[in-house]
Amino acid sequence: MTAIQLTGVSRWYGNVVAVNDITMTIGPGVTGLLGPNGAGKSTIIHMIAGFLAPSKGTLNVGDGPSWGNPDVYKTLGLVPERDSVYAFLTGEQFVRATAKLHELADVAAATKRAIEMTDMSDAADRRISTYSKGMRQRIKVAAALVHDPEVLLLDEPFNGMDPRQRIHMMDLLAKLGTEGRTILFSSHILEEVERLSGTIQVLVAGRLAASGDFRAIRRLMTSRPHVFNVRSSDDRRLAAVLVGRPYTAAVEITGKGLQVRTSDFGAFCGQIATLTRDHDIALRELLPTDESLESVFSYLISNQAN
Amino acid sequence: MSSLFNPIVAAITVRATLGRRRAFLFAIPAVILIALTLILRASRPPGAQWPDHVLGDFGFSVLLPLTALIIGTGVLGAEIDDGSAIHLLATPIRRSSVVVTKFVVAAVLTMVFAALPELIAGLLAPNSGKLAFALFAGALAGSVIYSAVFVAASVLTTRAIAVGLLYVLIWEGLLSNLVGGVRILSIAHYSLGIANAIYPDQNLMAGLTLSTSVVLGVIVTVGALILATRRLSAFAIKGDPA
Repeated sequence: MTAIQLTGVSRWYGNVVAVNDITMTIGPGVTGLLGPNGAGKSTIIHMIAGFLAPSKGTLNVGDGPSWGNPDVYKTLGLVPERDSVYAFLTGEQFVRATAKLHELADVAAATKRAIEMTDMSDAADRRISTYSKGMRQRIKVAAALVHDPEVLLLDEPFNGMDPRQRIHMMDLLAKLGTEGRTILFSSHILEEVERLSGTIQVLVAGRLAASGDFRAIRRLMTSRPHVFNVRSSDDRRLAAVLVGRPYTAAVEITGKGLQVRTSDFGAFCGQIATLTRDHDIALRELLPTDESLESVFSYLISNQAN
Repeated sequence: MSSLFNPIVAAITVRATLGRRRAFLFAIPAVILIALTLILRASRPPGAQWPDHVLGDFGFSVLLPLTALIIGTGVLGAEIDDGSAIHLLATPIRRSSVVVTKFVVAAVLTMVFAALPELIAGLLAPNSGKLAFALFAGALAGSVIYSAVFVAASVLTTRAIAVGLLYVLIWEGLLSNLVGGVRILSIAHYSLGIANAIYPDQNLMAGLTLSTSVVLGVIVTVGALILATRRLSAFAIKGDPA
């Protein structure tokens, strides 16, 4: 079953295009929507969730459009990015109220199940206003899961979580995905997506830059040209050694050490340690200079253009 | 009707509205009205005409619309502003239920914080027993109509309080007393029309008859609720054009 289907979807605000002609299909399992800030991830999530009309194109969740169709929420759960909840309620009251709004047959059981799933039982009787950001995030997930939806959308779910909460949330999403649910989450952090999802959609400047299996895209990312600053016990000898390697595109001796341009990120990173050891050179510093996500994405785009 | 009123939404709305600091804000006009009545009762000779002005002018031109404005724009507008409305709207609950429930809560709270103080002040004022009940009836009707309009305003615009203030001060406060035709779209005059039908008072300028007031009041209320429902059905998250 195709859970979410976007066909030629665009969204613009005035003359600013936020999402540009996106066609994608998101099926069961965990899918990551990856992209730098401002790429249009939230706009897409809001459109799928029925809280924003596409300016152009068609967008279906299940059998019908989500825009102007409140029935879609019977099978769809949304965890919004904004941290606004009814903070005067306790976590348990919030989830229970959501269960009642969904008119569930067994409100108490559904509430308990959702709170246990998100590991919030201990804090359920406290007011949400006393929660940490990570706990608020989890109680929002509990509320979004209370009606056992087939489709769960999460906008930047890992923001503000500590590493332990992050891992717990990732495990939860992975479990929900293996149960056959369609889980779509957005993130601007590569490692989050890497750990969690087999399928990713990479969004840059409102366009779909890459789409598909994470490993394939990861390979694209790791084989991209890359510049490192390197300092060692013997920079000149290291430069000579590096020049002899196939993955080295250029080596420059600067005042502060070496600047190495590699054509294969993965090979360089995997071999630099053994290489220096074999030649008895002590590696003092290894710094990627353009590890920012933007550079990864712009590489992906230029790669696609070719 | 039962499906249009959702008790869960109502309970959360009451807690949110009374729990906010604003709760003190909408009690202030009521306190002023009752205090003013007590002061005048103690200082003026019996038989004076002041109850009409205090209860009619202050009660109907200031207390009722301002209380209704603060409450009516808050019950749904505050949630839309801070984004928590999304948790309510991401459920299959009918949008008409959301609007009607918010409206009922706003109307009841306005009755408690505006119509009821109007009655209390009326009973405290000398020689005004019947006037008090007439004004109370008018204020109850006004609570209903104002609430519908202000709830709708909070869905239609993010500047509902400013729009509401302009309406109350300029349209109702100024124009409707200068230009007769404007009264046809003045909720204050609907309320006064109803009050005057129960107890005619020369000093209260009701420009409309009872039937006109009731018919227009119903049309405005129902129209506002339908408009609000239609707009809420197309509720969009404010996106940053990024």
